[in-house]
Amino acid sequence: MRELGLLSVVIWLPIAGGIVTLGLGDARAHLARWAALLSSLLTLAACVPLYMGFANGTAKFQFIERTEWIPALHSQYYLGVDGISLPLIVLTAFMTVPVIIAGWSVVEKRPAQYFAAFLIMEGLMIGVFAALDSLLFYFFWEAMLIPMFVIIGIWGGPRRVYATLKFFLYTFLGSVLMLVALVYLYLKAGNYSIASMQQLPLTLIEQRWLFLAFLVAFAVKVPMWPVHTWLPDAHVEAPTGGSVILAAIMLKMGGYGLLRFSLPITPDASHELDWLMVALSLIAIVYIAFVALVQQDMKKLVAYSSIAHMGFVTLGAFLVFFILSATGTTKGAINGLDGAVVQMISHGLISGALFLCIGVLYDRMHTREISAYGGVINVMPKFGAFMVLFALANSGLPGTSGFIGEFLVILASFKASFWFALLAGTILVLGAAYNLWLVKRVIFGPVANDKVAALKDLDAREFLVLGVLALTVVLIGIWPAPLLNMMEASVTHLLQQVVTSKIAVGLR
Amino acid sequence: MNLFGLTANSWPAVPEIWLALSACLILMVDVYGGDKRRGLTATVTMLALLVGVVLSSSFGMVLQRTVLFNGLYVADGLGTFLKLAGFVTMAIAIFYSQDYLEQRGMFGGEYYVLCLNGLLGVFVLISANSLLTVYLGIELLSLSLYALVAFDRDSGIAAEAAIKYFVLGAIASGTLLYGMSMLYGMTGTLDLDTLSGIVRHGPDGGVIIGIAFVVAAIAFKFGAVPFHMWVPDVYQGAPTSVTLFIATVSTLGSFALIARLLSHGLAGLPELWTQMLMAVAVLSLLLGNVAAIAQTNLKRMLAYSAIANAGFVLLGFATGQSIGYQAALNFTIAYVLTTLPSFGLILMLSRSGFEHDEIADFKGLSARDPLLAALMLVLMFSTAGVPPFIGFWAKLWIIQALLGSGHLWLAVFAVVISVVGAFYYLRVVWYMYFESAGDRPPAEPRSRMRLILLLNTLAVAALGLLPNALLDICQRLFP
Repeated sequence: MRELGLLSVVIWLPIAGGIVTLGLGDARAHLARWAALLSSLLTLAACVPLYMGFANGTAKFQFIERTEWIPALHSQYYLGVDGISLPLIVLTAFMTVPVIIAGWSVVEKRPAQYFAAFLIMEGLMIGVFAALDSLLFYFFWEAMLIPMFVIIGIWGGPRRVYATLKFFLYTFLGSVLMLVALVYLYLKAGNYSIASMQQLPLTLIEQRWLFLAFLVAFAVKVPMWPVHTWLPDAHVEAPTGGSVILAAIMLKMGGYGLLRFSLPITPDASHELDWLMVALSLIAIVYIAFVALVQQDMKKLVAYSSIAHMGFVTLGAFLVFFILSATGTTKGAINGLDGAVVQMISHGLISGALFLCIGVLYDRMHTREISAYGGVINVMPKFGAFMVLFALANSGLPGTSGFIGEFLVILASFKASFWFALLAGTILVLGAAYNLWLVKRVIFGPVANDKVAALKDLDAREFLVLGVLALTVVLIGIWPAPLLNMMEASVTHLLQQVVTSKIAVGLR
Repeated sequence: MNLFGLTANSWPAVPEIWLALSACLILMVDVYGGDKRRGLTATVTMLALLVGVVLSSSFGMVLQRTVLFNGLYVADGLGTFLKLAGFVTMAIAIFYSQDYLEQRGMFGGEYYVLCLNGLLGVFVLISANSLLTVYLGIELLSLSLYALVAFDRDSGIAAEAAIKYFVLGAIASGTLLYGMSMLYGMTGTLDLDTLSGIVRHGPDGGVIIGIAFVVAAIAFKFGAVPFHMWVPDVYQGAPTSVTLFIATVSTLGSFALIARLLSHGLAGLPELWTQMLMAVAVLSLLLGNVAAIAQTNLKRMLAYSAIANAGFVLLGFATGQSIGYQAALNFTIAYVLTTLPSFGLILMLSRSGFEHDEIADFKGLSARDPLLAALMLVLMFSTAGVPPFIGFWAKLWIIQALLGSGHLWLAVFAVVISVVGAFYYLRVVWYMYFESAGDRPPAEPRSRMRLILLLNTLAVAALGLLPNALLDICQRLFP
């Protein structure tokens, strides 16, 4: 028996914890809660040596584990992390803990199953980020749909069945086409390793189709306009924890997929279709921001703002070629890719925190209608402070993590074209508008009604969860260097892959 | 020694011989055991099947291709594997059916004898090396099935299903015979080995017509469109234990039929039958998946799902290459392994006077019985082709075979249509988990059956996590 690697631990520990939690059952709910918390904390603890042991400055994959898995299909159990996937893994482990704590006493219906679903999903999501074999990647990518389907369906709101079926079928349809693409690449490359797919020479026509197949999968997940319609439904109907995980981690998988598959495997098609990606991203940023402005439901508002912010991720990732043709060098392009990754982490923290805030209000008032609130700060001063902080971070306030990602991407888009930057920059105005307006209507003003007047401020548990998140958001905002240093080499390597044509000589 | 033409060299045929003997033995046990010891018959049947497993994994274990009985019979690795699978499947199916039969007064010994005869038919198909043996096997299987479907004498719907099945089945048998006679007339041989050496020398109308009739009969056996009309009625009308038999054991027989007749017997003329199979497969996937959405009865839904799954198996054969045959074998085994507990659960949840076969009956199952609901969840997601379960690898391999043989658009069609299919499997999960139970009573304990269901479902999950063993076997069997 080989020694169990650290990555395997962070994947399978939460899954094992989830199975134990499930086994304890709802009859021993209290024990199940502690088992769940313990597993999520242990997983987070296992990320510490991962973070400490990670060597910056190299684009090579680290903590590699490679054993035979399915020799019949030339697929291996092949794990490893680089500077792009490690932050996402840490984010996943980090965000699962507040989700468990936030559901501690609130979830009364089948609590053991609730916690178990989140733990199993944590392991599967980490598996997605850690897999270096594309079949293993797909395995985790699809398996994750099962717990999410159940979470929205059981603990969701009134239209939960519609929302969860829409979520599942939408993402499933996207994924199966990616599977065809992966099988196609396997038949050409001879194995399922992502690295060998990245090195495979491909004609432009092949790349175009592969790019589109990948795009369907990743665009649905990100989600990009116009395939975003599942997200508002899923977010609104999902329980608080489900919304947090959806926004914080699941959307990032789409962005991660674009960086790990689309750009390096089909660089020429990415180049050819970059106008499409940039256009869709800008539409998401501008149009969806307007849509967010008019929402009456707090969760829907944050859901739409997520789509707009994820537009920055796709914009940053696909600006490379515009920058190359505008300036003749790739120097500025690194900002776009950096911005995309930072934006993923930052949006994970901020949107997760905002959904937790909404959860806090919802647990007390059982409504998410903005009009039902007003003057919350008068009765919940601590909560008000947190909510305002996260709303400002969401609109890209300097000093918070939200600023870094957006700033880097806007910087990069300036190098590409003034108009891109102008359009991307509107998010700073529109984002501020819908966030501040939300805060004005919910938090400030006179106390709206008796129900609001009767609200109790945060208890210690909620304070702890929001406090830790607030600290992290501010910390990354004022000192992003550790994060940027960690990913620098990997992003540089990615940039090299992207600008190297894969059209083999004579194949064109 | 030369008894009935059997010699010392007949060892490879020991599974069939044992099965025929034990069917006779069980008939005797039942007659002399009387009504009071009906449980004995079931126990002896299970024992006979277990002995069969032992026999076919020892004396009957043949890995080298061996032809016996003047070329009528073949034993090879594929045959051994399918027969082992047949014994095990039959044993599990009978185990799941016991309580159900007992509660419905269908505990007669004939039931088991018919089951064993049906299984013998499957085995004859598995070992067929001549058109005559193929026909013998298919008739043995079909006649047992007609009787089994009508086994619940007092049920009108079962009688209707049996008549439909019999009439359509008789036509299909006729079609098969007609096709075979055309092939015989044009080639002058019944022997599949000789037939496989025949390659096309130019347009040969008779052979084409013969193949078309044979393919039609195969499609009927699989329940593939446009020969699927019997499937929904028979699945729904037959006693659930018989539906289980048709969906699992009989599926192994269908696989053997196509493997012996087309991929071996007509190996020289693949271009004549692969396109027919493609059309049949595409139609089956389309109709099966779309029609299943509209069903409210779980057995009927699983019938349409069986049509769709037959489409997948046929797609594997439609590649005309060994990678496709491997994929089809893998798919069949995965399908049987997943379908066994799916029907097992219906049997488990049914009680006397109440068939638990409407999808609505599953409402709130997760609250009434978390374990059974969890098992059903695994089975439904597996059949939908979602990892980490065995059904995913089954579909993946078919897609890989299609792409590998250059059928890109068939692969895309297959994956997209399985998204349509995912909906109706999800609906079962939705009813179990997202709806309230109402006043539906909790499930009965039946702890022995629970254990086997659990183990069976764990196998679905375990082969999903570590699929290599099964994939490896399939690769070896179709080199």
